[in-house]
Order: sequence, then structure tokens, then C-alpha cells
Amino acid sequence: MIQALADGILTGAIIALGAIGVTFTLGIMRFANFAHSELLTWGAYIALVVVAFAGPGTPTGPLSFGWQLLAAALVAAVLTGFAAWAVDVLVFRRLRRRGALPLTMVFAAFGAALVMRHLIVLIWGHESRYYTRELQLAVELLPGARMLPDQIFILGLALAAMIVLHAFLAWSRTGIAMRAMAESPALAQVCGVEVDAVVRLTWIISGALAAFAGVFTGLTPQLHPEIGFNLLLSLFAAAILGGTGSLAGAVVGGFLVGLGENLSLLVISPGYKGAMPFLLLLVILIVRPQGIFGDKA
Amino acid sequence: MSHGVAPHLQVTDLVAGYVRGLPVVHGVSIEVDRREIVTLIGPNGAGKSTLLKAIAGLIASEKGRIRLGGRDVTALPAHRVVSSGIGFVPQTGNVFTTLTVHENLKVGAHLVRGSLNERLERAYALFPPLAARRPLRARALSGGERQMLAIARAVMADPTLLMLDEPTAGLAPRVVEEVFRQLRGLAEAGIAVLMVEQNARAALGVSDRGYVLTEGKNRFAGPARALLDDSRVAAAFLGGR
Repeated sequence: MIQALADGILTGAIIALGAIGVTFTLGIMRFANFAHSELLTWGAYIALVVVAFAGPGTPTGPLSFGWQLLAAALVAAVLTGFAAWAVDVLVFRRLRRRGALPLTMVFAAFGAALVMRHLIVLIWGHESRYYTRELQLAVELLPGARMLPDQIFILGLALAAMIVLHAFLAWSRTGIAMRAMAESPALAQVCGVEVDAVVRLTWIISGALAAFAGVFTGLTPQLHPEIGFNLLLSLFAAAILGGTGSLAGAVVGGFLVGLGENLSLLVISPGYKGAMPFLLLLVILIVRPQGIFGDKA
Repeated sequence: MSHGVAPHLQVTDLVAGYVRGLPVVHGVSIEVDRREIVTLIGPNGAGKSTLLKAIAGLIASEKGRIRLGGRDVTALPAHRVVSSGIGFVPQTGNVFTTLTVHENLKVGAHLVRGSLNERLERAYALFPPLAARRPLRARALSGGERQMLAIARAVMADPTLLMLDEPTAGLAPRVVEEVFRQLRGLAEAGIAVLMVEQNARAALGVSDRGYVLTEGKNRFAGPARALLDDSRVAAAFLGGR
């Protein structure tokens, strides 16, 4: 039970990082970006390239990696951020400018996702890959709850990223402009906010957080071309559960979905774990379609 | 109005609409000077709101010129129009309901560099009811307070021209008076004020001049007093209270 809680919190942190991007795209660009999960995969593989050159580093303290992997995660975050923006320029922006319907955007996102995923398969193949082959001993956090030192580190880093983003949205002028645009692009423009600049920044932030989520998933313990795709439903369940457009919602939603998935293992067979986000999504849509932090439409 | 120099806002033969080739405004010309309030009146569909949106850069102009302080702003996108000195208060959705009063004012000064403290204090001094509502989300405000916030937000960027689309729609008579009093104050402070009003008689009462538009074209123009006294204008366009 306590172990399931610990696992749920870790999965939840990773889902939350990915769900923030989903909720931003829903809130600011107003479409469901089903290609978002592929940004997690891209981030993970970009970090793999950096690690291939720099090595994962000598294990630092109890961790299985050194500063090189952290640097790789940062490089991956920046490059994935720009990759997300590039996909927008190549695909979504063209459609937006033609006044595409939300459904058109969703299909375009499915197409972009397929291309992005298969590019990874084309370059790296289907087999699993590892950042590091160091073995780690789990530490007992609480009686009955074990976590790897890597996992504890990841959790801390994920929380720090969320806090920084929250501060940015709450207090910086650009952050306030982003929230303003999420509510009304026309009024934001009348205030002097440049829509294209906010859209670009939104993609860069979403992509960077997706890359972190991807690297963290790859660290525990391996990478394969479907690591992002396998999380897709969880990301959307988290974003919708929290209320679209809400950062706090995506974070709380992420943790709830992560906990839900792991706690369900106590009562159902692990084979059905994949159905949990779907089930959660159904329940949310029936009980509270606007989500926990959402406004009534 | 103009004293030998070009007027502050000069719109010449403007053609604009939501869909290219289907204009709503068919060649309108208007002028507004600093320190004066000018009201546009006319029936629904006359193109009054469309004209304001075209000046604000929210919709593209097909023909004609918009000049502000001698500078051509016709083809600028909305976010650049703001920096040229035009503030716009749309009729609906003119505050960010999910942001606090304070944040709304900050977004209004998005393009202003440096500290906003002085401007924020000035806005609160100008609209004291907002000061008490500072940390509240704008959705919690009354209709009158929202309108004040919308005007205060537009003034945060220090516009030289303030445009308002139906600033008194749905407000109680006492609040209407208050809004008009504020606009008078802003004009006296040197701003050019251009508004569209359904409440034509009251609006002309505080205005220096007015234009009557019909079917996207200029119909009458003149000092507000003269429009109020003109029997043709009164009969067709000043019905209601």
C-alpha cells in the first residue's frame, strides 16, 4: 500500500510534467495536441545522444549518473522546446491561419505524432536503450516504501520545475500575458501582447517540460520509442481532471492519475493498468467535465 | 477642432470588414483631436464597432488611411497599434475575468518598460473603487466596476487616443454619469476620446462633436449641440431616452 503510494507519486510527477504541456496547448492554442506525448520521447532520445557523446558521468553519491546526464536533460529540454515550436510552424500554425476547425487540428496532431514517433524508430530502432547500466540499491524511505535514489532525485527536480513555472506565471509580466491570452487572444492583442510570441513561448515551455518527463521516464529504467505514447492517455486524463488551462490543475491531476494507476494495482491485475487512465477520464467527464480547477463553461 | 494643424486621429475614406471583399465600413472619414470627446452614433449595422476595430488593428483595412499624430498606422497589427498610442475598450469581454484587478492593469501596461508602480497608483487614484478590489478576480466585479477596470486598463499604456465601444451598455444611470465624468476628465488631461454609443442623447451631451453613420458611410457630422438640435438627426437617431 505505502509502496504503491510512493510509486504513484513518482509516476504522478512525470505525468504532471507532461500534462502541463497538454493543458497549455488546450488553454492557449485551443486544441488537443495528441503529438505532445512524442515530445517526451524526443526529449528522452535527444538526451540519449548527448549521453552517447559525453557519457552518463561517474555516479555521484547514491545516484546512478553524474552531472553529464543532468546537462543532457537540459540540452534535451532546450532542443525539444524548439522542436515543439518547429512542429507548430510546420504544421499547426499553417492550419490555424486558415481557420482550421478543432477537429482538423486533432487529426493533424495524430499525423504529426505518427511521423515524430517513426522518425525515432527509423534512427534508433525498436530495441530498448539505457542511459546508464549502473546498478542501484533502493533506499527505505518509510517502513514499506522503497525508492531508488534516482527516483527521489527526479521527484525533487520535477517539483522544482513546477514551482519555478508557477512563480513565472504568477508574477512575471510575460507569465501574466500568457494567462491573459489563454482567456482572450483578442483582448490580449489590444493590450499589446504579441500573439505569435506567446504561442512560441508556450511551445518552448511545453516541449522543455515534456523533455524532462521523457528523460525521467527513460531513467526508470529504459528508453524505447513508445515511452511517450504509452503515457498519452495519462497525460490527457491528468490535464482534463485538473481543468484545462490550469497549471495547478495539471499538477494535481498528474499526481491523482499517477496514484490512481498505481493504487489500482492493489485490487486489479497489472494487465489492466493501462485501462486506468481511460476509466479515470470517463469518470471525470461524467462527474465534473470542467475539471477540479476548471471554470464552468 | 483643428487649429491649422492636422487632427490627432485622421481616418480617410476607410473601407473595412470582417471578410475581404465584403466591407461593412464603406469609405468613412472621421477626425478626432486631443482634448475632445467625439461620439459615433447610428443604427445597428452602421459599421460603428467595425470602424473602431479597424482603427485598433483587429481587422484589416482594405482601403483608406488611418493616421495618428501624423503617423500612418493603417497596416499595423493590433499589438503594434497599442504602442503607437491607441487604447481600445471593446464592448464585451473587455476585462480578463480570470485575472485579478491588479493583473488586468499590469497586462494593460504590457509594453511599458520599467516599473509600473507609479502608473498603477495613478490608475487606482483615478478609479478609487478599484483600489479596494485589487486582489479580486475581475469576474467578481459589478458591471460598473468592470467598465472602470476596462478603461483603467486601456489608460495604463498612456494612450493619446482612447476608443470605447458602448462604454455604458447595461449600466445603471448613476454609473453612466460616472463613466462619462471619467471620460471628460481623461479628455481634459489631453487624451483624444472616440466612442460608439447606443445611448446617443446622453453621449452627445458630454461630447464635443459627433458623427452619424448609416450603412457604413458618413451621414451627418458636427458639434454635439448642433446634432442634438437637428430635427433630422433627432427624429431618426436620437430615439429612446
